[in-house]
Amino acid sequence: MRLEYFQLIDRIVDLKLTDRKIAAEATVPNTSTIFEGHFPGFPLMPGVLLIEAMAQTSGWLVVAVNRFERMAFLAAVKDAKFRMFVTPGHKLSVNASLVHEGSGYAITKASISFDDKPICDATLTLRVLDFPNAEMKLRMRDAASRVGFPAEVPANG
Amino acid sequence: MSSTFDTIANIIAETCDIPRDSIKPESHAINDLGIDSLDFLDIAFAIDKAFGIKLPLEQWTQEVNDGKATTDQYFVLKNLSARIDELVAAKGA
Repeated sequence: MRLEYFQLIDRIVDLKLTDRKIAAEATVPNTSTIFEGHFPGFPLMPGVLLIEAMAQTSGWLVVAVNRFERMAFLAAVKDAKFRMFVTPGHKLSVNASLVHEGSGYAITKASISFDDKPICDATLTLRVLDFPNAEMKLRMRDAASRVGFPAEVPANG
Repeated sequence: MSSTFDTIANIIAETCDIPRDSIKPESHAINDLGIDSLDFLDIAFAIDKAFGIKLPLEQWTQEVNDGKATTDQYFVLKNLSARIDELVAAKGA
């Protein structure tokens, strides 16, 4: 994770379009200015950033399903539950599955775990739209490369 | 078996916390019931699931934006019910 750049996902480790599932990993940094305030003397990964990690992972899944022609924007978070504290250094597994692909929106169920212990989960609604401009699509390609998004999304991967 | 309208009205009542009695076939989802686009995504999801279809929201929006259709055609509930019946019929054809 590079919290200062809002990059919550380190690497996509599995992407199965047939199952409409994605798995990613993300390691909480040992130091961040965020931990100076959240909380002084007791650094905790904020729950809103865990939601963002689930949203980014869901977003990559939606991008893959749409063959990198469209992207996802977080629209709603439902039934979010935080079951365990996350502290600096935790190596997190982030998973998402596509529950429904609607017209211009998608619903995912996402979760984060640590050592197979559930940390948080939520149901996310994402608006699915065309890339707002060519530059953003290009930059998303760069981000995709950074997280190991497959250059060619496998049809049956 | 409940009608398409009844199913939609029940979904709207539950999703948007609108009294069921105030939801009529002539109600316009946006203008009369005050449902915004985000809440309509929840309704669309519930309708998609209930009827096994995919409401073509993007196509409808484009048609309205292009002046080829009015929002009444898609968002007055009796008309929405008719559109859903057409989609269900097309799926079974």
